[in-house]
Amino acid sequence: MITRRYALGLLGAGALAPRAFAQARHVYDLTPVQIADGMWMIEGSTDYFSMQNGGAIVNIVLMKGDSGLILLDSGPSLRYGEALTTVARQLDLRGVTSVVNTHHHPDHFFGNQAFADRPIYALGETLAAAKAEGESFADAMYRLLGDWMRGTEVVPPTQVIDGGNVMIDGRAFHALPLGGHTAGDLALVDQKTGTLLTGDLVFYDRAPATPSADLTRWQQSLNELEKVEAAQLVPGHGPVDKTRAAIPQTRGYLTWLEDTLRTAARNGLDMVEIMETPLPAEYAAMGAEPGEFHRSVAHLFPGIELQELPRAN
Amino acid sequence: MLRRPLIYLACLVWAPVALALEDPKTQLKDPMKSGMWDYHQIELLGDPENIRFDDRVIVRGPESAEDSLNVPLLVDASGIKNVKRIIVSADYGPIPHILTYYPEKAEPKIGLRFKIDQATAIRASVETHDGQWLIGSTYIDAAGGGCTAPAHAYASDDWEEKLGEIHGRLWAASGRARVIVDHPMDTGLSDGIPVFIIQNLSFESDEGDLMARVELYEPVNEDPAFSLYFEPGTLGGTLHVKGRDNNGNRINGVLSESETH
Ligand SMILES: [Zn+2]
Repeated sequence: MITRRYALGLLGAGALAPRAFAQARHVYDLTPVQIADGMWMIEGSTDYFSMQNGGAIVNIVLMKGDSGLILLDSGPSLRYGEALTTVARQLDLRGVTSVVNTHHHPDHFFGNQAFADRPIYALGETLAAAKAEGESFADAMYRLLGDWMRGTEVVPPTQVIDGGNVMIDGRAFHALPLGGHTAGDLALVDQKTGTLLTGDLVFYDRAPATPSADLTRWQQSLNELEKVEAAQLVPGHGPVDKTRAAIPQTRGYLTWLEDTLRTAARNGLDMVEIMETPLPAEYAAMGAEPGEFHRSVAHLFPGIELQELPRAN
Repeated sequence: MLRRPLIYLACLVWAPVALALEDPKTQLKDPMKSGMWDYHQIELLGDPENIRFDDRVIVRGPESAEDSLNVPLLVDASGIKNVKRIIVSADYGPIPHILTYYPEKAEPKIGLRFKIDQATAIRASVETHDGQWLIGSTYIDAAGGGCTAPAHAYASDDWEEKLGEIHGRLWAASGRARVIVDHPMDTGLSDGIPVFIIQNLSFESDEGDLMARVELYEPVNEDPAFSLYFEPGTLGGTLHVKGRDNNGNRINGVLSESETH
């Protein structure tokens, strides 16, 4: 696409990219940590996308299946997907044999290209959204990450997964077809280890991101997740939670966010004034703040304001 | 209506070229070093002699534009007396002029949203009644969204029914007025979609006194949204909103303190 080539051309000329990073080698340093029997996690940075982190901000899970490894979410780029391929072979010589995408945000599925000949599972809504919005996400990612994205093409998931008990490559899961972070958010309970894999319905010590959010539906999904008796929880971003703290934290943040925006609208504030409001200490300490709050103001405030302000004709 | 192609096109028609032109009558040292200010000083402001950058003209926006079609901006020149008008503009973009604000009886301060095309310096050029031009700036990075629309759906079927719908109200005690007018604000940069924009909005008291006035240009966001500021306690019970677009559609509404919908 012209827009992407244009962006890379600018980067090459040093017009946009800080030179040190433009010239740095673009290598992802992926370290899987075993979190349960036959289950490894690669923990992402809790920052926002940057030239420094190459978009490696997302949690990835690898699980033993009958024929190889099951990969949960594939990372932000082709290069990341290729790095995952290498890491996976060190855990299991057969490598990744099936992939699951929790939702259609680019950090969770742009590595699919490295696994394009294997089944890639997702909710139907995720498949549709990946096709509808993938290209515009790609444009934004090329602009944010430059050369880290080189060669990356949008490869949407191919296999639709439904709710209930499902087997993926011989491994048993209970699938929860939820939403609210996006139109379709898949949570999985791994039956063998009792691990709840929430995708981006849950963030932990990292501010929740809202570019596709429906806050009411998201809260309902958190209620469903709260009912799951899980030994541990792997959030989409942030560390493993063994103390059942991550769901209440995400719920608290989203409640505070919506209250803050509605109160601001009722008091006649506009976005710049809201962005300048200091965050409560417990949220200011989260990863990616205050940037994520500022982005949420941009995503959510125009709609909320129209609901809160009366008609004047 | 297709909105994203419009944005792509806007990206392509404008290349940041260094324009060869004569120097302005008063050459300023641009704190943003954008390379385009001299050009706008001549073309947009008419090459005034009495002009300088002034820290009292405050321009506040996000560091980076998350939604390139809805970038919030707050321009505050309330440290300056005797303001006649404020021209808000972007150094880089296919159409630099965003709006002109005539504060009349309001504070020289306005909140707005606009469409950004690329990372650029944003200016507020304040003209006083005694002929001075005082300029304030900020820089907004659009690399995080740039010309690319974020994940919003801009297609809608019912825009014609909603055309000219106004939401808003007053807060007399704090001297605030907020108004949002439903309008596509098509820039005309896309093939087959002509320019379709609100050109002016006036705010009048019950007695018909002009309280404030905005001239809008293509870069103002879809569904223009403005905050106006008055000295606390000076607003009457209502503010009448009157305007028209370039197709002759009239815009009429009344802002009051009522909270009811
Ligand atoms: Zn997400």
